[in-house]
Amino acid sequence: MSYLDLLKLALPETIVLLGALAALVADSTMRGLEVRFRFIIGGLIAAVGCAASIAWMLLAPGLGTAQGGMLVVDPLTQLVQIALLVLTIFTVLISMESDFTEHVGEYLALILLATVGMMFLVGSEDLLMVFISLELTSLSLYILTAFDKRSIRSAEAALKYFLFGGMSAAFTLFGFSLIYGLSGSTNLREIAVAIAGKGLDPLLIVGLVMAVIGFAFKVAAAPFHLWAPDAYQGAPAPSAAFIASGSKVAGFFIFAKVLMLGFAGAEGNGAWRDYAPGWTPVVAAIAALSMLLGNLAAIVQSSVRRLLAYSAIAHAGYMLLGVMPHNGQGFAALIYYAVTYALTTLGAFGVVAAVERGTGDETLAGFAGMSRRAPVISLCMLIFMLSLAGIPPLAGFFGKFYVFSAALKGGAPDLGLLWLVILAVGTSAVSLYYYLKVAKQLYVADPPAGSGALQVPILSQITLVLLAAGVVVLGCAPALILNLIQDAVQFARF
Amino acid sequence: MLAWTIYISFLGALALMLLPAGTARAARAVALVTALAGLGIGVAGYAQFETGRIATLARVPWIPSLGIQYHLAADGISLTLVLLTGVAAVAGILFFWNIEHRAKEFFAFYLVLIGGVYGVFLSFDLFLLFVFYELAIIPKYFLIAIWGSTRREYGAMKLALYSFVGSAMVLVGLIAAYVVAGARTLDIVELAGFPFPHNFQMWAFPVVFVGFAILAGLWPFHTWAPTGHVAAPTAASMLLAGVVMKLGAYGCLRVAMTLFPQGLEPWGFHVLGFASWGDVFAVLAVTGIVYGATVALVQTDFKFVIGYSSVSHMGFVLLGLMTLNQVGLSGAVLQMFSHGVVAGLLFAVVGRMVYDRTHTRDLAALQGMNLSKTIPFAAVTFVLAGAASMGLPGFSGFVAEVQVLVGAWAAFPTLAVLAGAGIVVGVAYTWRAMQKAFFGEVTPADPGPPPKQLERISVHERLGAVLLIGISLVIGLCPDLLLRIIVPSFDSPLFDWLRTGGPR
Repeated sequence: MSYLDLLKLALPETIVLLGALAALVADSTMRGLEVRFRFIIGGLIAAVGCAASIAWMLLAPGLGTAQGGMLVVDPLTQLVQIALLVLTIFTVLISMESDFTEHVGEYLALILLATVGMMFLVGSEDLLMVFISLELTSLSLYILTAFDKRSIRSAEAALKYFLFGGMSAAFTLFGFSLIYGLSGSTNLREIAVAIAGKGLDPLLIVGLVMAVIGFAFKVAAAPFHLWAPDAYQGAPAPSAAFIASGSKVAGFFIFAKVLMLGFAGAEGNGAWRDYAPGWTPVVAAIAALSMLLGNLAAIVQSSVRRLLAYSAIAHAGYMLLGVMPHNGQGFAALIYYAVTYALTTLGAFGVVAAVERGTGDETLAGFAGMSRRAPVISLCMLIFMLSLAGIPPLAGFFGKFYVFSAALKGGAPDLGLLWLVILAVGTSAVSLYYYLKVAKQLYVADPPAGSGALQVPILSQITLVLLAAGVVVLGCAPALILNLIQDAVQFARF
Repeated sequence: MLAWTIYISFLGALALMLLPAGTARAARAVALVTALAGLGIGVAGYAQFETGRIATLARVPWIPSLGIQYHLAADGISLTLVLLTGVAAVAGILFFWNIEHRAKEFFAFYLVLIGGVYGVFLSFDLFLLFVFYELAIIPKYFLIAIWGSTRREYGAMKLALYSFVGSAMVLVGLIAAYVVAGARTLDIVELAGFPFPHNFQMWAFPVVFVGFAILAGLWPFHTWAPTGHVAAPTAASMLLAGVVMKLGAYGCLRVAMTLFPQGLEPWGFHVLGFASWGDVFAVLAVTGIVYGATVALVQTDFKFVIGYSSVSHMGFVLLGLMTLNQVGLSGAVLQMFSHGVVAGLLFAVVGRMVYDRTHTRDLAALQGMNLSKTIPFAAVTFVLAGAASMGLPGFSGFVAEVQVLVGAWAAFPTLAVLAGAGIVVGVAYTWRAMQKAFFGEVTPADPGPPPKQLERISVHERLGAVLLIGISLVIGLCPDLLLRIIVPSFDSPLFDWLRTGGPR
């Protein structure tokens, strides 16, 4: 394969990279200007870069595989990459009103670099490439977390995130090396062939568990979630939004892909009565723990950001249910869930950012009476919260229905995974309590005496309304993207 | 055309949201017009309805790859409840005409709730039904938490969580049924014809039934009802008792009993004298009847009396469902309608006519106020509503409860006797409340402050009261108006198993 062909396959990523460089260069010429202006110009460049990449994928979908699975371009990877780019654009839009940094160009460039990392992560079927792109993403995210240099919390959060992340990367790499030693290949499909029919080698189990631990760190599933609440709370709001949305989608996609492709045949069984060792019982345990811990811990939070962090842990648990049946249905459900969840949580962080700028307070009390001070973003927040709680007709409800039914179908005919589905539905009933607590502050509590209307920049309002509209539309008409996802998953032969 | 009851309610809510702030008058007008339109459509649908048919209103693929359809249809049972919803919605607005605080938002939430309720009654696809069912939870929360009274935030959260736990149980059963039936369809008629394995039905039935019955106030899961009703503002408590509790009972009948009828078959063994889920739920229903009535007898808060009476009356609905014979079942549906009308009226008297004027609901305090003299219209209304609630012949409650009792006599003779005793207690607590609240005598030793001039009963209240009493009388005198459409509904294929292969 010539370098030209490789460039063609990697062109979407390259375009985003060029966008990052352009934002960096453009910003360096505007050093003396007002931060807000620089953010708008830089943000537009970044958004255009992402949009150009999306346009390229839509208009000239060159499919193919490079270097034996190092880079795979098929409808599925492109679909997820487009979703990631859309999330990035929204993140950039949310960042545009920020005032926490003067290094605008660097900030935007890092967001786009993280996006490049995620795009490569999604488009790879090779452990080596997976690890490298995982690191590119993570390193960018660590810096994004620490970007508010005036805040000690931001630095602390970044350090915590970095230490935990570094540890998890070590686990992942160690696991990968064992798997390589066992199978003689880093390609997922070849690994599956090599381990097929050999039963569960102890070495394989160790490698498998290590890899799962590494990924579970990445997607903040319990008990590997400890970094998440601090990172979500300390990071600048747009960074936190990005960690909670884009990196989640990419993380879950590759998690599922590595397990389903690379460890096909080592699934075992997580069903209640016919347990068999493999990776599904491990995932089931992580999922159950995440749902319980995330939902119960979220109840007592007084900070909205921490509440969102614990809710993210709970949602990681729900999403892992989509991996359990290890088939195309489950995978499609997982992708739908991850994408809609990312949109929702991105919007929620956008509201948190707007409220914080206005009141300087990110605790629940800071949201008191917001429906009368800023009706538009309050309605958006209500929609995001209800979608996270799984109230129809919002996207979160259909996501849950689809994931749960796919998981249950995977354990058919005797409904082996019913225990997990019952746990998931039960804990999501618990979750309504804390989402309603946020809604209660918004709509029921009275605004603090003497507070007037909250000024929310028009750009933020438009962004948030778009996200909320997306959550409503995708919930009312899931078929809009569902068919795309299902076709793409089918094409990729999952 | 009936489908427009749903759309028009949501459109009304949307219109309210777009109204400029601080226009309570306009908001009330929009809400009333919307509710009247919904009622009008319901009545027109009734006039056109062919008895014994399931009239399809809309059927288009919604999520084709999962076999989910946007399927709205109506049979006689749904139509009865659609009519009830229309009546309750109109009456609620009439009795809450004095709202000024955030009126626009109030009616927006109110109409979303109404739209959701219409949706549940008209859905013939399980997924769609569930969507509307949950859609109704959130507005309830805000209606109580923002505009309510006594311990409103507690009552609202309790109500929301109970509802959500119930719907979680329903969701588990629903997903399981969907998967077991091959994950091709969620159409209620098709699923009702699917031969679910016997063992599956044995556990799915109680899960889904209880999930719905929580909202219908099944003892011992009823505790949300009194606190929620008391905390709610008048219009919301009228709606809660009037139609929201019916959502639960309707779900029990439409989903649990038609999909998993074999769950009602005998277990094949006896535990404490119970031989089937039918026995268990019948006993719980009767416990609810007697317990609700007895507790209502000792309340000091006027509104709690009515709150517990709702639990008691809903027990008749559930008992009627468990009789599994035509008389009992149609009695249960008629009781849903009747209780919706009568409970709405009772809450209106307590919440609007009495509490808004005297600012107390304490029966002892009311006793000294001599309300029958100061607001005679309220007293007359309550006497009539009380008579309807006790089940006096001539009112709708009588026909409904007699049918349930006749049905229960055939199925569970002992329980029928106990339920009859519940009616007697019902007379006692209504009488006691009426006596204390309206006809209390001022003791000569303590003349108390001179009776304050209370605000006169407004035209809207009179209209609402006349509407509800009139309907209760009309149905009581001529129950065939509704039975004509209810009874043939049970002949549809949906109820095949319940009708032909039933254990009794």
